[in-house]
Amino acid sequence: MADTATKTTSETSTPREVKIPVLERETLVLNKRSYHWITERVCGVIENKQPAFWWQLFIPCAIMAAIGVGGGLIYLVSTGVGVWGNTNRVMWGWPIVNFVFWIGIGHAGTLISAILFLTRQNWRTSINRAAEAMTIFAVVCAGIFPAFHVGRVWMAWYLAPIPNANAIWQNFKSPLLWDVFAVSTYFSISLVFWFLGMVPDLATIRDRCKRGVKKLLYGIFSLGWRGSNRHWSHYEMAYLLLAALSTPLVLSVHSVVSFDFATSVVPGWHTTIFPPYFVAGAIFGGFAMVLTIMIPARFIYGLGDMITMKHIDNMAKIILLTGTIVGYAYLMELFVAFYSGAKYEMAAFTYRITGPYWWAYVAMMSCNVLSPQLFWFKWCRENLWVVMGVCMAVNAGMWFERFVIIVTTLARDFMPANWKYYNPSWVDIILFLGTIGLFAALFLLFLRFLPCINIAEVKWAKKESDVHYDDKQQHPDEGTVVEAAYQQEVEKGTAEV
Amino acid sequence: MSSSVKRVYGYLAEFESASALYKAAEKVRDAGFRKWDCYTPFPVHGLDDAMGIKRSILPYFVFFGGLTGLITAFLLSYVTQVGIYPTTVQGKPSNIFTVPAFFPIMFELTVLFSGFTTLFGFLGLSQLPRWNHPIFASRQIHRATDDGYFIEIEAKDPKFSAEGTKGFLDEIGGENIELVEDDGT
Repeated sequence: MADTATKTTSETSTPREVKIPVLERETLVLNKRSYHWITERVCGVIENKQPAFWWQLFIPCAIMAAIGVGGGLIYLVSTGVGVWGNTNRVMWGWPIVNFVFWIGIGHAGTLISAILFLTRQNWRTSINRAAEAMTIFAVVCAGIFPAFHVGRVWMAWYLAPIPNANAIWQNFKSPLLWDVFAVSTYFSISLVFWFLGMVPDLATIRDRCKRGVKKLLYGIFSLGWRGSNRHWSHYEMAYLLLAALSTPLVLSVHSVVSFDFATSVVPGWHTTIFPPYFVAGAIFGGFAMVLTIMIPARFIYGLGDMITMKHIDNMAKIILLTGTIVGYAYLMELFVAFYSGAKYEMAAFTYRITGPYWWAYVAMMSCNVLSPQLFWFKWCRENLWVVMGVCMAVNAGMWFERFVIIVTTLARDFMPANWKYYNPSWVDIILFLGTIGLFAALFLLFLRFLPCINIAEVKWAKKESDVHYDDKQQHPDEGTVVEAAYQQEVEKGTAEV
Repeated sequence: MSSSVKRVYGYLAEFESASALYKAAEKVRDAGFRKWDCYTPFPVHGLDDAMGIKRSILPYFVFFGGLTGLITAFLLSYVTQVGIYPTTVQGKPSNIFTVPAFFPIMFELTVLFSGFTTLFGFLGLSQLPRWNHPIFASRQIHRATDDGYFIEIEAKDPKFSAEGTKGFLDEIGGENIELVEDDGT
């Protein structure tokens, strides 16, 4: 019986080809915009009169930067670092919290431009320029704090390995000196990467300028670029090499920052999980900041066809992923403290959660671990208010993370007589607010004077840019336009469902 | 005083798309021209082969740049820490076993030197920055940074001829064929 049944089925049903549904690749430039449209729209941001929004944001930010960073630092230097809230135990306080916070934000730019380039994520093309600019400005803000935290800032050149009269050399075994090298290398290479990526676009702006100072300046900075393919050939190689160099670099910077903590024998800091935990946190915080500034810029300048919902969706997913890694790290830190059986390690973590800084721990956990979980839901990733809200929460949460790590650990050391609640001074506060103003003001100037979207790369990411775009016959296996047979059937409506 | 003597730089022809440029470039290459170039608003992948350009030699420079950085960092930290000014702090020794503590700096300087070699190597190989170039005398070359695709054949090319080259560019599908003259400024 069973034999006959099998036989009949195999006879009646003809062997059918297995058809694999092909997911449609989302277009990166919507509404079939032309190459010229892309040029016009991106250059228009610079060439047209700035919207009122720009001035309304720029003036307060510039004032904040001038009072906070300018005034704050003048007062600090003329009086002494004692005006900070740092105490004998909490010698790192807000300045180092702010340093780690800003340097962390600076990680998304190079991640987008280097790692996503090497992994061929073409959606990076419309956001990499702004993210790289953000990186540079965040590192500028970060650099202020350690430079002044050394105490006598006019002696900061002692950090550089140059011979001096006392024949003293830097301690190359110290993580703090590694940090000097890591951060300054990161800044230099990010700047080179940013500038090199901008050369063709600066040439585009130069070619659109009438004669005058503007043309001269864009002409100088575009280095005489003329779009020659003999140049593109070297250019692409240079870009690839910089991406390959920046990939380990971006992972190293926050690892080295974490060594400042991890190599010290302090309960709560002395853990091997720190490097990956810090790197994941930095990418997490950086992406949140990219979205925080790109969503308004996209709206104000009408860049929605280039920075599409797909881009925002992808970034939200990266925030979800890295936020979950960070959450795992928080929990693993607690578990390892428990599992180690080390009395002081356990005490440090108990103090973090239940001590007088419990509010910072709660803020960190809810902003960094819970809020990104909203991105599991598609409608949350599609609603820009929710995305902005989560990103703001993450920005704040990442600051609290550094506060929790630095302050709660230092506030209680091995000497109970030293235990004291830490409070920042007003100088700490205005300096931090000042760096926020500085960061925003620099970014607004960037939007005003430099191409905020990588014009050449966005053009390259269009389907028509493929040289085999119009000959499917000769190159059926190459090019980006070859659609699967099933996809064509779906479009015609003849596919079997 | 402007001189009326102009030197012919070459012919410039426009093509309608990246793929049209690609096919035309193959024909220019096969016709045996040597001094010619393509101008595009974005890097057109595959055009290097169509033009017969070899792979960029930039990585070789960068390798030696990186090596220089690595050696510099090693010598800088080893000579100062172990040779000139040994400091015993943090319980770390000052001898050959200190070297692992120098790895972060060796890594950073390798990247730093490689990165700058990449930048300056790229500029050197492309002969940039450059204040002016005869091609900028063209009235349409500004579109190469917007949405134009151009092929230019220089007068210096041994196969160049005033009429023949123009006809050839026309034949391979070039439009807006322009004689670019270098006015010597």
